Amino acid sequence: MSGKVITITSGKGGVGKTTVTANLAVSLALSGDRVVCIDGDIGLRNLDVVLGLENRIVYDLVDVVEGRCRLRQAMIRDKRLPELHLIPAAQTRDKTAVSPSDMVHLCDELKSETDWILIDSPAGIERGFRNAIAPADTILVVTNPEVSAVRDADRVIGLVESDEKGPAKLILNRVNPAMTRRGDMLNAEDVLELLAVDLIGLIPEDDHVVASTNRGLPISLDGKCKAGQAFTNIARRIKGDVVPFLNLDEKPGLLGKISRLIRVGGQ
Amino acid sequence: MPSFFDRLLGKQPKSADLAKDRLKLVLVNDRTDLTQINLEHLKDDIIRVISKHVDVDPAAVCISVAHDGREQRLVANIPLKPAPRKKRSRSRV
Repeated sequence: MSGKVITITSGKGGVGKTTVTANLAVSLALSGDRVVCIDGDIGLRNLDVVLGLENRIVYDLVDVVEGRCRLRQAMIRDKRLPELHLIPAAQTRDKTAVSPSDMVHLCDELKSETDWILIDSPAGIERGFRNAIAPADTILVVTNPEVSAVRDADRVIGLVESDEKGPAKLILNRVNPAMTRRGDMLNAEDVLELLAVDLIGLIPEDDHVVASTNRGLPISLDGKCKAGQAFTNIARRIKGDVVPFLNLDEKPGLLGKISRLIRVGGQ
Repeated sequence: MPSFFDRLLGKQPKSADLAKDRLKLVLVNDRTDLTQINLEHLKDDIIRVISKHVDVDPAAVCISVAHDGREQRLVANIPLKPAPRKKRSRSRV
């Protein structure tokens, strides 16, 4: 077994990196693959709470790197999904406690016993980001359809390119179909044209995400809602399946249809 | 935010279109370190160098950054002035 390392990054904070990491980890584990996710955000850890594993932390990433515990001891096994493991970040240290080569060695050690290693990168383009992308085979850039998030995504895509990590793939998160329809939100086509990268995921804004995160149950555990389906689809694309993107343009009512007709005519 | 009727009458562009146009310019600057001001300086320098060899119309020179995927290209369109010597020599004759 030789696991693949996938780093989830974004440049800008708050676009949904941790939610994406948690849900991809769950989706991949649900498909029967062995998954280890690593929280790269030393000092501001959150992947543990999003996964609902915050009460089980004994050792963390820095403990492993500094030799206070064995790698196995820092891997928290998810009781709901036996194939899913988390290596949490240290909360009382900073990004310099780990180096890019530490991350490469750690991932090399994990590869023999896992299918996927997912690294949740911190926001920014400094040390924490460098640590997170150093061992990556594939880099997924998460963005939202907003000017600041798209601009930062472009910067990160450029850095990944100059690091010769191969072309990054884009996840467009928190798409609001009603706003897109009104012309008040960039649509997927606009964002892809601006960034000139391949899309691997299109995730609608979904109230269920906040509610499920409140409970510590990633939304992918519930395959019914649209955001959950979107995450499952990304996991399948990562595994090589060809899966069409969700049609986020929900059918408008009669009134909506008429107003759309009038709008098209008025342009 | 423009109301439905404003849009119907075409009074204001959609905010998503504005976002896209603004981002296009911002990304060119971010990717190349070339601001609009830098580009103007570059244009002046190019005109100065080329004018040593051939007559150009400074007002018609156009320097811009074009992109193909994620690759950026500097595109210069430099119309030459028609060579005036023959005309002059004829009028003097």
